[in-house]
Amino acid sequence: MPLDTAPAAPSPVARAMKDALFAAIIAVGVFGPLLAFKTTQDMQNRLIVEPRWDLLAVVVLLVWAGRFLLSLWRSRVQPETTAAIGSHLLWGLVPPTVRVVIRNGLPPAALVALFVYPMMILSLTGGSGALKWIDNFGIQILIYVMLAWGLNIVVGLAGLLDLGYVAFYAVGAYAYALIATKVIPATFPGLGVWAFWICLPIAGILAAFWGVLLGFPVLRLRGDYLAIVTLAFGEIIRLVLINWTAFSNGYEGISTIPRPSFFGIPFNASDSGFAARFGFEFSPVHRTIFLYYVIVCLALLTAWVSNRLRKLPVGRAWEALREDEIACRSLGINTVNTKLTAFAIGAMFGGFAGSFFAARQGFISPESFTFMESAVILAIVVLGGMGSLIGTAIAAVAMIGGTELLRELDWLKAIFGNDFDPAQYRMLIFGLAMVAIMVWKPRGFVSTRMPTAFLKSRRAVSSAHVKEGHG
Amino acid sequence: MEVFFQQLINGVTLGSIYGLIAIGYTMVFGIIGMVNFSHGDVFMVSTFIALIALMILTTWLGVGSILIALMIVLIVAMVFTSLVSWTIERVAYRPLRGSFRLAPLISAIGMSIVLSNFVQVAQGPRNKAIDPILNNVFVLSAAGGYQVTLSYKQILIVVVTAALLAVFWWVVAKTPLGRAQRACEQDRKMAALLGVDVDRTISITFVMGAALAAVAGTLYLVYYGVVNFSDGFTPGVKAFTAAVLGGIGSLPGAVLGGLLIGLIEVFWSAYFSVEYKDVAAFSILAIVLIFMPQGILGRPDVEKV
Repeated sequence: MPLDTAPAAPSPVARAMKDALFAAIIAVGVFGPLLAFKTTQDMQNRLIVEPRWDLLAVVVLLVWAGRFLLSLWRSRVQPETTAAIGSHLLWGLVPPTVRVVIRNGLPPAALVALFVYPMMILSLTGGSGALKWIDNFGIQILIYVMLAWGLNIVVGLAGLLDLGYVAFYAVGAYAYALIATKVIPATFPGLGVWAFWICLPIAGILAAFWGVLLGFPVLRLRGDYLAIVTLAFGEIIRLVLINWTAFSNGYEGISTIPRPSFFGIPFNASDSGFAARFGFEFSPVHRTIFLYYVIVCLALLTAWVSNRLRKLPVGRAWEALREDEIACRSLGINTVNTKLTAFAIGAMFGGFAGSFFAARQGFISPESFTFMESAVILAIVVLGGMGSLIGTAIAAVAMIGGTELLRELDWLKAIFGNDFDPAQYRMLIFGLAMVAIMVWKPRGFVSTRMPTAFLKSRRAVSSAHVKEGHG
Repeated sequence: MEVFFQQLINGVTLGSIYGLIAIGYTMVFGIIGMVNFSHGDVFMVSTFIALIALMILTTWLGVGSILIALMIVLIVAMVFTSLVSWTIERVAYRPLRGSFRLAPLISAIGMSIVLSNFVQVAQGPRNKAIDPILNNVFVLSAAGGYQVTLSYKQILIVVVTAALLAVFWWVVAKTPLGRAQRACEQDRKMAALLGVDVDRTISITFVMGAALAAVAGTLYLVYYGVVNFSDGFTPGVKAFTAAVLGGIGSLPGAVLGGLLIGLIEVFWSAYFSVEYKDVAAFSILAIVLIFMPQGILGRPDVEKV
């Protein structure tokens, strides 16, 4: 039988069409029940179901179109190119010389940008508008950068998967809140203005102590089990904070937490306040800018310490432990101490961040320390490429800044009507981004590591060769 | 003594629900070694599908008999939840198979965030309460002024759980599909070489876990009558605790663990404090994992070089 009578392969368009049709049918099933019917309360406060076919139709149509374009694109482009673009997107198109410049120039440029950011915003938007931008974007993102860098010590360097990091954040926050509102006024009221600076180290030490306390029993566990136990510990601490009202005031939380002072000079409109002393006109933005620089310094401290630690014996032991625990034990590394120091140091930075958080908010409650926070911090670490400080910072800016931006998209109301609130899609988009980035780049944004020990020349190692640790 | 018997009945009911969810965790962990973090939220989605199906049947179509309605709701919830879980596996987990170990975990956490927020956006953040159904109770004993009751709901829950577990056990133990699953659990590569379609088997495992979670979801709706988009996390973690307690990877272990967690939670609430019942469950999780990581019926995990 001659070959040319064999049935012709279906055209790419027909194949993509078939594929998209299948996806659309699945989408009807997946989204059908929850989108096509809305449960609401009627006048008598009884539950009723209302049909909502238009919404389902829109979503299914979107799935159909998306799938159609995706499979059409896949059939046009060679599979190797798809894979290459998939793993290197944009970065692969940059010429090598420019790449070196970017790689070497990015950290200093980012540092400079970090320090001039508040001034830039101030000159661009003026006093009142700047508050929002410095607080919601600057400080908010930097808290997550710091938390992610702290967790990176535990997860990225030591390879211990910790899903309860928020517990140490909570310990730090409650340590500051309770000491500043209860202990200091009762014992040394004169120290009130220094409260933040006294409590910051105490909060760090307490968190480190809790890190050892929680780390000790879980030393024998590995991988996923460790993750689940740390999750359980995080939840236990939160539930105790909710229920032990005599200690933590339960759901109501702790309010009127003293705000930090400029090394003893309070930020207020009085004659001894910051503005009067330094000859400025009083403005609330001073404190925000000061808080911004405090968190910049704390975050940089975290980065500096973890970079230095990588070069110390204990840091090398962490990374060795991540690669192969049995080999470490055979070589005489004390795995107990090595793991505990990782837990303690990671927790300490969580505690610092927690007390800063309490000082910035002025109010804390257990609501701020849910499992979701731990998941977000861990997601930032993994999405950034575990162990990479720059990658983690990029992930924090993208994930936190990106979702914060949704709060600013009020003009969308003009298109979708006044009921449309982009902010409610924040976490939905966050979750979708987590899944999409993992599928696209399972190793995170920056998937190379710089070794701290090398023979002749220092070369980046692909993280495909780096183990993720087994706990 | 009456209080004890009443709590025993309540505990077994609650434990049945946990056991059904726990099977989903234990099977997925057994076959691909992954903690399927979004399973609790799949359960939550199933409660909503059941709620909507029940509302449509009773208010639009006017199905009079509540038992027939529940039967249809159960099937609808199982079908749609399975489809959701199949899609999740296909979109979020399958591309990551063979990737580094943290990737599926992060993807699953992301999926769990997506599911709960999707339901919040699509159905609103408020509690959804239905009119109580199947309210009749048997009074077993009324000695000392304290009534020990066994409600129709509780009978329904225990009977449905037992019946489905029997079917499920039969599928895993006696059918070619179950054999393929057990083969994949022992050695995926070898199973593939011997002609088992591994991807399909894993998909079916997710579907089976989701179908049982949907049963749990329907029963949860019947029992409590209230659902909320955030109801996935805590039952999910407790069911995972049950799976770990029973020995992860072991099917009878998951059911046993579920019953134990249900009983512990109920007795703790009755005799100690309601506020700390979740603390008790989480503490058990930590204690079991630290001192008895292989669980009650699990096999010890040997560490190899």
